[in-house]
Amino acid sequence: MFESAVVVPGLETPHGEAAEVEVLNLTKRFGDFVALDDVSIHVAAGSFHALLGENGAGKSTLVKCLIGYQPADTGSVSVDRRERNISSPREAAALGIGMVFQHFTLAPNLSVAENLLLAQPRLPALLDWKRERAALEAMLAEMPFRVRLDALAGELAAGEKQKVEIIKQLYLKRRFIILDEPTSVLTPGEADELLGYLQTRTQAGKLTVLMITHKFREVMRFADAVTVLRRGKHVAGAKVSETDPQRLAVAMMGAEDAQPKLATPVESGHAAGAEVWQVSALTVIGDRGVPAVDKATFSVRAGEIVGVAGVSGNGQRELVEALLGQRRILGGAVSIDGKPYRQRRHEMQALGVRSLPEEPLRNACVGEMSVADNMALRSFDKAPLARGPWLRPKALAEQARSMIEHFGVRTPGPGAPIASLSGGNVQRAVLARELSEGTQGPVRVLIVANPVFGLDFRAVAAIHARLRAARDAGCAVLLVSEDLDELMELSDRLLVMHAGQIAYACPRAGADVATLGRYMAGETHA
Amino acid sequence: MTIDAITAVLLAMLGGAIRVSTPFLFVSLGETITEKAGRINLGLEGTLVMGAMSAYAASLHSGSPWLGVLAAAGAGAVFGLLHGLLASLRRVNDIALGIALMLLGTGLAFYWGKAYIQPQAPTLSAFHLGAWSDSPALRSALDINPLFIAGLLLAFALHWAFANTRIGLTLRLVGDSEAAARAAGAAVIPTRIAATVLGGALAGVGGAFLSLFYPGSWNEGLSNGQGIMAVALVIFARWQPRRCVLAALMFGAAGAIGPALQSVGISSGYYLFNAAPYALTLLLMALTCSRDTSLKGAPGELSLNR
Repeated sequence: MFESAVVVPGLETPHGEAAEVEVLNLTKRFGDFVALDDVSIHVAAGSFHALLGENGAGKSTLVKCLIGYQPADTGSVSVDRRERNISSPREAAALGIGMVFQHFTLAPNLSVAENLLLAQPRLPALLDWKRERAALEAMLAEMPFRVRLDALAGELAAGEKQKVEIIKQLYLKRRFIILDEPTSVLTPGEADELLGYLQTRTQAGKLTVLMITHKFREVMRFADAVTVLRRGKHVAGAKVSETDPQRLAVAMMGAEDAQPKLATPVESGHAAGAEVWQVSALTVIGDRGVPAVDKATFSVRAGEIVGVAGVSGNGQRELVEALLGQRRILGGAVSIDGKPYRQRRHEMQALGVRSLPEEPLRNACVGEMSVADNMALRSFDKAPLARGPWLRPKALAEQARSMIEHFGVRTPGPGAPIASLSGGNVQRAVLARELSEGTQGPVRVLIVANPVFGLDFRAVAAIHARLRAARDAGCAVLLVSEDLDELMELSDRLLVMHAGQIAYACPRAGADVATLGRYMAGETHA
Repeated sequence: MTIDAITAVLLAMLGGAIRVSTPFLFVSLGETITEKAGRINLGLEGTLVMGAMSAYAASLHSGSPWLGVLAAAGAGAVFGLLHGLLASLRRVNDIALGIALMLLGTGLAFYWGKAYIQPQAPTLSAFHLGAWSDSPALRSALDINPLFIAGLLLAFALHWAFANTRIGLTLRLVGDSEAAARAAGAAVIPTRIAATVLGGALAGVGGAFLSLFYPGSWNEGLSNGQGIMAVALVIFARWQPRRCVLAALMFGAAGAIGPALQSVGISSGYYLFNAAPYALTLLLMALTCSRDTSLKGAPGELSLNR
């Protein structure tokens, strides 16, 4: 059904310029699980090739095999039409192939210049800083973006780190760069700047780019060719000029799954009610001893979802931790229904405060305890789950069975340790506990952070539906997310956090992604 | 107290600071190297005592105190190697291992050192930089021991090497981010082992100072936890060699308060003043390590960071 090879004519490869890479019939198994099933792709020299797919589709496995991070079971890799046996990233580097990983590989206490220098394969025993600096500055002068060479890498914002990672690859004169979701921590403006620069390099025939992504916008705007993987199989390959997001989405998710994702956001059928909670001038200290949340003031009404957008590292995590009682509040106040809320357990019970923090296994569960016990964490000490000082195991098990059924949690049983569940099912289990009213009283306030991070499409849809249902039932929801699409889809109002402050607020209906991006980047001050 | 007495106390504190700080300086520089590479070696107290014993024994048998210093460095390197190798095994915690090696080091040193408590070994002699002065207090304060000068030079050399040599930069990279080090093709484990060996050797030299210069004899109460305090001092010095000098001098001066006061005839509270370095350790730790701020400047791979 497809033609994978997209050869741009006239770009035969002189050495030192863009490299051509072809992967043939790659298969990789982990036990019984087939992560890659006979996948072939051809990335032409000087092309910008996008690799699309849902989580678990095999994108990362493919590129890891390609750069020698893990061996493939069968299949071959050719670079510039010569078959190569690449068994380590070092050998890939020797061929001019480099990769920017999703998790940064910068040493936080070293300066940017030191980090760049250390990437060189052959470093002289004594460093001539004058010469090295001049070389670095000369290289940076050719790029459209600035980085501070003397800043410690750990002090950079995520977007700056991503730039340094890419600069590092260019500094090493790579001819083929693999990017693993490079824009997940960038604002739309930053993403355009970076990808735009790489695009000019590819168009000049200096570089070939293979980019893992799940953003159609980036594929359509920057890539020449696209390959779609689904469940380890190559399901589509095309020139970008000959396809469209609809067709790619269908290929990515399978026809029957694609509909809901492409559906337009559902408006909440009713107007929001009274203000349920107020946060005024909230200040929270971050890990580095300076305020991470700086006098944040906002309110959330009953029956609305307020989305908090922002590039990660601008205080969202600290805000959520403070609201959940995981982090000390330095100044300001939070009140719910006019009553002060100081993040105590009895207050959460009395005021109906529930939460779905990010990484729920770490932040909302006790991993070694059973699913049933975890589901009872909020109410195990009250009737009907307890009688006096005694727990009632039957009541616990019964509650767990009911929650498991209602929320579709896939678990070996209520007695299984919750850490043995998959990410999506941990999320469902926590959501079941947080949204069930049975033994715990009504849910008035819900605090949610990056609820679908790392989940597959089906789990995402289910969790989004739950959040909407909670909103429609009159709950006041605060949704913190790094995914702008998710916020646009779910929120009734949007806040943008930048440098610990609420930089911008607007109703979703009038929201414009470009404006939000500017506030996320801190380019405008309200 | 008269002006003269105050001058005498201050001079005695200066001399004492230089004397007492030397082992702190060596141990903290050694620990800085080890921690910059991402490991914590709490066993340096044992290494220090072992170094003191080996130095004294080697000096006694060979007649040369400098051979004693060399022997101490060798003994320290062996202990460093032991820590470096064992901490490289999977699921071995470097801190717990360090405590075990601290006990092993002191225990072995006491066991082998029984024979050296009585005999008098040749000790290191000082540079008499105060010979021009006719004030005995100043002269004694300016009797600078050669190891202090070596330590001072070493601190500046390390500061330079961490920023300007491939080895220094690689060491910091390995200690700061294992992922980044692997991506850059650095040999993580060998670098850490080498850094621990070097750290152990320097701690051994610190021990040699105790038995061969001040107090200049071997006995079991020689160290009194100076090795442990020096490790704490590294945190206070924020892993910077030049700040280690400052911190060591401060600890040295605090340790010299008691003897300095005694030298002018104030002996009440002698033991209280001798506790000054320990109190200072507590105070500095309380001031510099608060709950809300993570340890700024700490190498990223240290287990106290994870």
